[in-house]
Amino acid sequence: MNHNPFHWGRPSDSTYGPYNQQIAHASNVNPMARQQQQSDFPTMHTQRPMMTGTSVLAIKYQDGIVIAADNMGSYGSLMKLDNVERLLKVGQDTIVGISGDLSDLQAIQRILNDLEIDESYDAGDDEDALAAGLKANHVHEYLTRIMYNRRSKMDPLWNACIVAGFDDEGKSFLKYVDLLGVAFASPTLATGFGAHLAIPLLRQRVDSEADVKKLTKADAIQLIKDCMKVLFYRDARSLDKYSMAVLSESDQKVEFHKDVKVEDMKWAFAKGIKGYGMPQL
Amino acid sequence: MVCFNRVITFRNNYDNDATTFSPTGRIFQVEYAAEATKQGSAAVGLVSKTHVVLVALKRNAEELGSYQKKVIMIDDHLGVALAGLAPDARVLSNYLRQQAMSSKMVFNRPLSVSRAVYSIADKAQENTQSAGGRPYGVGLLVAGVDVTGPHLYEFQPSGSVLEYVGAAIGARSQASRTFLERKFEDFPNATREQLIEYGLIALRDTLAQDKELNSKNTTVAVVSKNEKFTIYDDENVQQWLDKLDSLANSRSRGRQDDDDDDDEDDDDDEAAAEQAETTATATSGDAPTTTQDRAPDAMDLEE
Repeated sequence: MNHNPFHWGRPSDSTYGPYNQQIAHASNVNPMARQQQQSDFPTMHTQRPMMTGTSVLAIKYQDGIVIAADNMGSYGSLMKLDNVERLLKVGQDTIVGISGDLSDLQAIQRILNDLEIDESYDAGDDEDALAAGLKANHVHEYLTRIMYNRRSKMDPLWNACIVAGFDDEGKSFLKYVDLLGVAFASPTLATGFGAHLAIPLLRQRVDSEADVKKLTKADAIQLIKDCMKVLFYRDARSLDKYSMAVLSESDQKVEFHKDVKVEDMKWAFAKGIKGYGMPQL
Repeated sequence: MVCFNRVITFRNNYDNDATTFSPTGRIFQVEYAAEATKQGSAAVGLVSKTHVVLVALKRNAEELGSYQKKVIMIDDHLGVALAGLAPDARVLSNYLRQQAMSSKMVFNRPLSVSRAVYSIADKAQENTQSAGGRPYGVGLLVAGVDVTGPHLYEFQPSGSVLEYVGAAIGARSQASRTFLERKFEDFPNATREQLIEYGLIALRDTLAQDKELNSKNTTVAVVSKNEKFTIYDDENVQQWLDKLDSLANSRSRGRQDDDDDDDEDDDDDEAAAEQAETTATATSGDAPTTTQDRAPDAMDLEE
């Protein structure tokens, strides 16, 4: 196999003109300074993602939320790890799904773990106080502050996160936050490649809050499974093994499914695909 | 006070800073700070299943002067009543306000009452272990509502914090406590109005012989899950004073009914207790025992 990404079936130069190499070599270092072997910044090792995780998907249904993320840890295009858990449980009933840099994922994991410990000091032995204390909307607000603070230091945590859980009133809560501190809510959310490939599929079923009421739990789970399959077909950084959490508002419970496999795949079409990768022999 | 002791008595070498224990295991600077709390006018707090009420007696330094603020709002769900050095209370309440804002900003949730009160308790405790400074000279009643319900905490300069169903701090607060101890079983199911009335009666018991509650010297504050922290002052407090049968202390009214009799007994108890306390400190040999130290008006303390 040819490992040079520039030989992986780019449209021909004669049609689209030569590739702008600056895009692939984009840098935050001033090009003038680079010529003089100086840089504007000290060496920064965390300013671009190294080991990464791909999309996180989530959708609201009539009684809660389904959220999923696969278990792959990629080193560039290399599938380095197949056992990365990217759905983090925070507190009693909040799930934070994280895509992007995996070392930054671990940093967030530590921050959220510290938060949980801090919270348990307050509540003491009081189970009710602990359950009432840290809800998904609080976790999301905190994450947003963390992400925006780090981007303001020009040292972002290179992630996009989806927070799923219940708010203070026990209502389903689903909101996004990324490395810029941008935060928004939607009944369907996806990070990374999923934002391009899965969101249109999810929105076919749930386009607004009103549609949430019509989607059953079984349908929501099936929909997420289908989207994970599509992502495995079309996202070269994805894996057919993933984790899925199902939250239900009525009993305020979280079911956590590990090692879910992509099912019913059909790869017969692959033989017919031409024009990508190495010239077919 | 320190110099006073040193010069006049030559007795106490253990109250120069807050880091020195006396041989009897006491830290005098902390006890003096607690004494400052007792000099301030009284504040009373009560909790029902739904509401927390603070009532307080305001003092004015002189006839033409304004009254010292006794209740400070921290956030929509939280407020404090103070007894002691008002400037110290201002510093603590500003800190609490910062904490409350920070909780909203960082977590999008109101500061929990216990977290609030323990945050200032930690500050106060630090002052009891450092030589350079002094303890805060103020006691606070912290009233608030959070996800776990209504709460009333008492904060002391020592950094100790306790939760109460009814509490009173400040001058002659023992009389209030006696009343609260007699009535506390009614508090959980009391209505908002009843709770305020209980509070005012408790506050009334702290009045000096010739004093009465009036709209100038009385502050009432209420908070509940559905009601933001509300302070009633001046003309707004009159509606609550109107609910009382009398605005004067039962001692001033003389023996009229059975209730009075009880009160009189309690006051005797209080006087006896205070006497006992004085005697105790006297026998321990190195505490301030002078009446000057105790007389509220002798000191230029705050209120």
